Amino acid sequence: MSDKKPISSVNDFVVRFANVNGSGSASANELFARAILRHGVPVSPRNIFPSNIQGLPTWYEVRVTEAGHLGARGGVDMMVAMNPQTWDKDIAGIEQGGYLFYDSTKPMPSTKFRDDITVIGVPLTAITNSTYTDPRQRQLFKNIIYLGALCALLDMDPKVIEQLIGEQYKGKEKLLSSNVHALHLGRDWALQNLKCPIGLRVKKADKVGDRIFIEGNSAAALGAVYGGATVCAWYPITPSSSVAEAFTSHCKKYRHDPATGKARYAIVQGEDELASIGIVIGASWNGARAFTATSGPGISLMTEFIGLSYFAEIPAVIMNIQRAGPSTGMPTRTQQCDIIACAYASHGDTKHVLLFPEDPAEAFEFAAAAFDLAERLQTTIFLMLDLDIGMNHRLCRPLKWDDARQYDRGKVMTTEMLDEGRDFGRYLDVDGDGIPYRTYPGTHPTKGSYFTRGTSRDRYARYSEEGTVYADNMQRLVRKFETAQDLVPRPLQANAERPTKYGVIYFGSTAPAMDEAIGLLEARGHQLDRLRIRAFPFHSSVASFLAEHDFVYVVEQNRDSQLRQLIVNENGIDPVRLVPIVHYDGSPITARFIAKAIGDHQDHLKVTPLRKAVS
Amino acid sequence: MTYIAKPKFHHPGLKKNELGYTHRDYEGKISTLCAGCGHDSITASIIEACYELSIEPHRVAKISGIGCSSKTPDYFLGNSHGFNSVHGRMPSVLTGANLANRDLIYLGVSGDGDSASIGFGQFAHSIRRGVNMTYIVENNGVYGLTKGQFSATADRGSKSKKGVTNTDNAIDLVAIALQLGATFVARSFSGDKAQLVPLIAAAIRHKGASFIDVISPCIAFNNHAGSTKSFDYVREHNDAVNRLDVLVGRDPISVDYAPGSVQVVEQHDGSKIALRKLDADYDPHDRLGAMTFLQKHSAKGQIVTGLLYVDPDAEDLHEHLNTVETPLNRLEADDLCPGSAVLDKINASLR
Ligand SMILES: Cc1ncc(C[n+]2csc(CCOP(=O)(O)OP(=O)(O)O)c2C)c(N)n1
Ligand code: SF4
Repeated sequence: MSDKKPISSVNDFVVRFANVNGSGSASANELFARAILRHGVPVSPRNIFPSNIQGLPTWYEVRVTEAGHLGARGGVDMMVAMNPQTWDKDIAGIEQGGYLFYDSTKPMPSTKFRDDITVIGVPLTAITNSTYTDPRQRQLFKNIIYLGALCALLDMDPKVIEQLIGEQYKGKEKLLSSNVHALHLGRDWALQNLKCPIGLRVKKADKVGDRIFIEGNSAAALGAVYGGATVCAWYPITPSSSVAEAFTSHCKKYRHDPATGKARYAIVQGEDELASIGIVIGASWNGARAFTATSGPGISLMTEFIGLSYFAEIPAVIMNIQRAGPSTGMPTRTQQCDIIACAYASHGDTKHVLLFPEDPAEAFEFAAAAFDLAERLQTTIFLMLDLDIGMNHRLCRPLKWDDARQYDRGKVMTTEMLDEGRDFGRYLDVDGDGIPYRTYPGTHPTKGSYFTRGTSRDRYARYSEEGTVYADNMQRLVRKFETAQDLVPRPLQANAERPTKYGVIYFGSTAPAMDEAIGLLEARGHQLDRLRIRAFPFHSSVASFLAEHDFVYVVEQNRDSQLRQLIVNENGIDPVRLVPIVHYDGSPITARFIAKAIGDHQDHLKVTPLRKAVS
Repeated sequence: MTYIAKPKFHHPGLKKNELGYTHRDYEGKISTLCAGCGHDSITASIIEACYELSIEPHRVAKISGIGCSSKTPDYFLGNSHGFNSVHGRMPSVLTGANLANRDLIYLGVSGDGDSASIGFGQFAHSIRRGVNMTYIVENNGVYGLTKGQFSATADRGSKSKKGVTNTDNAIDLVAIALQLGATFVARSFSGDKAQLVPLIAAAIRHKGASFIDVISPCIAFNNHAGSTKSFDYVREHNDAVNRLDVLVGRDPISVDYAPGSVQVVEQHDGSKIALRKLDADYDPHDRLGAMTFLQKHSAKGQIVTGLLYVDPDAEDLHEHLNTVETPLNRLEADDLCPGSAVLDKINASLR
């Protein structure tokens, strides 16, 4: 048996389930995560899945974290190894002193285990087969049976799980009772045959508060509903499809005319991304709030239209749920790798507004805000999520809406304004903020109509290839982008306890791991000020932050440190002072990784003359 | 400036339509296309059709892709909004615009390069979705704006201006529109205003996806011997199945032609299309028949023109999606936002 002491920890450990895609394990695993939440203990779960439909391995990891760390931790304390295909890799991933839970119906030779872990065998197949005859039932209930066994091993309250099952099968008595029965089958077997509980335990706490548990994509879709999107055009692509699917289901619930039952929205599954963005641009041109959701390859296809949106000044909202590229890359793995592609998407000189939410709550807020920004700025707004927040449940503050809020439709000249004799030049900068007025088609019989085109034109939308006219227009677009700086969400700064010359910049889904890493770094004696960037164009406080620190780490999840490139490019800063910390293997960045990378660099800086340290 | 505005002078004696508009009110900027380009005749037919229908010019949204043909929306309905989008992607932009405001009239203008090559997919999908629009392809068999390359509608065996023979098969957009379920399908010729004007008028009154393929010779690159899209060739090979009149008034119609040679089709909005038959057997309600008829004649080298198919009871995309009557672009926060009380419930369900 083990020559290392088994890990002993209450409310702070990682359980990973190794399953086969299509085995119906997903709902049991999610039930496990939710049950821990109902114990008042925060969790941070992650789906790790391949880009295929059936048969290949999938993993579901639950980080149980009383301290409320929502980033991935790295390492596995207990492996529920249900997939023979990945056995060796799964066993290798267990931390020293950790636990292995497996189906011992066919016992494994001891060579297949490690001697520094605790092996827990439950004859799941045997129990299932002796209880159920139907093959589908056997498969599904096996998952609930292992959940029951874990309930005993981790000292969880079975009533909590029963209650969750009750909520899930409300009104379906038969399913409810059979699931509860399977749960107890597993639990009773474990209590009778194993030493329960083990070193890992769940103890009731009160650390969840009023927080909600939601996926980023679903929250972003809800943001689109609250933000007044009426047209959604999309083309399926992982990991963004669930945005459109969630938008559809939210709309079905909340967006019908009570008198007629008719839809106050239109959702079109486009034939491709070209059509999807075309529909968005056509709808926005005509005064509706429209969006599409996609991922990297879709962005590539949309770029010609994105240029049109920029130059012809048509609002559009694109939700980009990033995945690992280039090309098809790793379609089901996370990265923040489309920063440059989106910031400068399309040909010619273009710049676009990017929003970087850190969690589902911000995804909701920023999604709603994106429609105001798109109409205010008359341009494309990118909501930059990634697979890690988009397709995983996260604990976050409750979503909030101010009922007094009205939509900012931007500068739209109405029939009345035209009748008053207001000068309408579609590309006329009346207020000095670079933002002109637009009119909706059909506004007035004789005034305010204009021709929209991607070709150069003068302030009155008249086609022109005069160099000065073109340059004047391009300069105004720069002015408009500067105006955007003060309209987008500002960066958030948090300073270290003691004054420091070192800073760290990060954004989006890296935030929870970064928050946790700060603690680890402090424990190592490193003090860092933090700046979380929430949008591009960068607010002036980014330049101030850079000026105030000798070295600033830029933490991101891509190979080429794309945010750093953007900062260098837009701020004209000496690149040497921006130290890239990159993680790009497709798994979510962890606090352990950040703390080690920055910590090692800091140690190095402190003992080495600066010139050497940066060469 | 590189654009030319037309002089504002109106002759006091100009004829006016029901709304008191003259032809002038339906015109746009002066065309910059080559003199004699078929596209300019189509522009003239669009102007005529809109005048005759007494459409309020500003209630039309005219959307195009890129190409000589796609430039033409600038040359008609100067008081309506136009949109020269990107090459081949007019249909999606039009679809979006239509979704945002179902109350306007949507005119989509495209070229054969625009619609049969880069935009082939978008053409197909806007039609199969039943977008309420009049989709006109100004078909000259070449890329005009990029100077004379064959397009995908060029017939196999036809010759380019430089004498090169086209070895690829042609795409027949009418055949495809029929196959895709367009509910109004016609072909015409830019040089046959008498046929084209009422076709455009009927297409505008049609609720659903109307498609008109108009053969429109390119004077600069495709009007020579050996071209099957030249003025001479089309005149010689044109076989019209019907000629039509569109009657918009609510009064009972009396038609002068002998019964049997006239067929009246009543559309959703009460407008009536009177088809004066040239081909006595031709039934424009028979999609399958239209397809066969087209193929048979095309095999004989004939270009069939006229209204080939119409479904007077067509539904459009808004009906398929069951959207509200109020244009979506007019809905405000009160109509769209479920509010904080609902959000509190949603929050509660997520714990
Ligand atoms: C993405 C893209 N590819 C190529 C072009 C170049 N281009 C402009 S117009 C055109 C073809 C126009 O042909 P058609 O649609 O038949 O119109 P015509 O000029 O003959 O009326 C092409 C290829 C472009 N504008 N955009
Ligand atoms: S090049 Fe051909 S299509 Fe273009 S304007 Fe001239 S004649 Fe017309």
